Amino acid sequence: MLVIPCPYCGPRPELEFSYGGQAHVLRPAAATNPDPAGWNAFQYERANTRGLHAERWRHVHGCARFFNVIRDTTTDEVLRSYRSGEK
Amino acid sequence: MTSRFSGWSLLLGGLSGQRRWREQWRAAAPKRGYDAIIVGGGGHGLGAAYYLAKQHGIRDVAVLEKGWIGGGNTGRNTTIIRSNYLFAESSALYDHAIRLWETLSQELNYNVMYSPRGVLMLAHNVHDVQVAQRHIHANHANGVDNEWLSPRQAQEFCPPLNISGSLRYPVLGGALQRRGGTARHDAVAWGYARAASALGVDIIENCEVTGLQRDANGAICGVATTRGTIECGRVGVSAAGHSSVVLQMADVRLPLESFPLQALVSEPVKPIMPCVVMSNTIHAYVSQSDKGELVIGASTDAYTSYTQRGALHVNLHTLEAICELFPAFRRLRMLRNWGGIVDVTPDRSPIIAKTPVPGLYVNCGWGTGGFKATPGAGHLLAWTMAHDAPHTLNAAFTIERFRDGTLIDEAAAAAVNH
Ligand SMILES: Cc1cc2nc3c(=O)[nH]c(=O)nc-3n(C[C@H](O)[C@H](O)[C@H](O)COP(=O)(O)OP(=O)(O)OC[C@H]3O[C@@H](n4cnc5c(N)ncnc54)[C@H](O)[C@@H]3O)c2cc1C
Ligand SMILES: [Zn+2]
Repeated sequence: MLVIPCPYCGPRPELEFSYGGQAHVLRPAAATNPDPAGWNAFQYERANTRGLHAERWRHVHGCARFFNVIRDTTTDEVLRSYRSGEK
Repeated sequence: MTSRFSGWSLLLGGLSGQRRWREQWRAAAPKRGYDAIIVGGGGHGLGAAYYLAKQHGIRDVAVLEKGWIGGGNTGRNTTIIRSNYLFAESSALYDHAIRLWETLSQELNYNVMYSPRGVLMLAHNVHDVQVAQRHIHANHANGVDNEWLSPRQAQEFCPPLNISGSLRYPVLGGALQRRGGTARHDAVAWGYARAASALGVDIIENCEVTGLQRDANGAICGVATTRGTIECGRVGVSAAGHSSVVLQMADVRLPLESFPLQALVSEPVKPIMPCVVMSNTIHAYVSQSDKGELVIGASTDAYTSYTQRGALHVNLHTLEAICELFPAFRRLRMLRNWGGIVDVTPDRSPIIAKTPVPGLYVNCGWGTGGFKATPGAGHLLAWTMAHDAPHTLNAAFTIERFRDGTLIDEAAAAAVNH
């Protein structure tokens, strides 16, 4: 089980969180960009990174907030976390 | 050359103290180039190499495997085979594989121990019952066997099953596919390797593909590996959890995410479990191997990973469900657990297709359920590579279906919720 450092509550066991998938996936602006390839990329294509992966987690059984985590997908080591909007 | 197995050869082998067996396939070193290369020596990739040589006369073929053959998900899975999927495209695809399973041992002259002992999928609430009935009707319309059992009939078919009404999620019945069952995972890899090698295919282990090389027109012209560069105009990628990593070497992005999936086995006991039982609602699936171990599959972990291990709480969750459904199993000790990396698509259906890169083909996205399809996937990848066009059975399983909105949404049919 991972220990995930919530930037608001501190380190907590993975069971308190839900996984939100790859972070920083940008939604195309609907009105200006109806391009199917762009929508396809937004909806379905993921980096599926082997290595350092930026991902969203939500502290559902805690503060309920979303934030981001950098995790190494080759070791599952969690390197750090940061709030939405930060880097 | 390997000799054919027969009753006589087994008897002679026994009489000579099992010392006269030879290697079952040649350990090959890479040549300068090949007509076709398969990346990934799991059952699917080895199967594809066999069918290229056997059915399409393409014998100048290499299978490149970064570890040892069958060491990926082929050797890590719980070997459940069934074809009772919801949609016409899927039931045709998986039933094609079952028909190949039925004669595979004879075809390969290698006992893959295909055992159609029946797969029973339990219903625990009104919704489950309705979904099971819908599947049964859809399967019948597609010519695939699947039948409804009452709780009592389910217990007659599987005596250790607890059908007491006092369960937190009582058994309200189940859908039984009698042609479903299990097979011996390693034997499938070894049998295909042996048969392909006998037809001239080079099986090259400890050879990781690190790059896909393109010519001036962008077409595939070779692969870079940890054992040097190999020329080739036709490459089929069948790398399961690593398929997206390999295809990114040619800038092809796939709708795939890779998750750990775990399994565990108990200490071996005498025959107690006559069939396979699966439950989506409380997440359990279990069968018994011929060695006597109960083979139990857990869920995927929540997050993507390449570590081939998962969290313990995932296993505990499934064991709770197993102990409730099969009270007799409560005293068994668990012997081993492990994980594999499964490549999951958004609609839980595979991709067996050409890619945008000429000469590059892919078989992936089988996620948590591709062992059952091994002969079919190998056959269809070989067909697609030989014809540079899909077979009718895999024509719908493209990469472009996500862009075009023609998904084959089997998420609810995955039998367990992963
Ligand atoms: C715990 C678990 C339980 C499962 N239970 C079932 C089940 O009950 N029923 C079912 O139908 N399915 C099940 N599955 C899914 C099934 O195992 C897979 O869908 C199937 O084995 C995929 O076959 P494959 O030949 O593509 O994969 P693999 O056997 O994983 O083969 C892929 C190979 O590619 C190699 N490779 C990767 N990258 C490279 C590279 N760069 N260069 C060279 N080689 C490379 C890997 O080393 C690997 O050997 C389960 C999976 C797991 C993990
Ligand atoms: Zn928090």
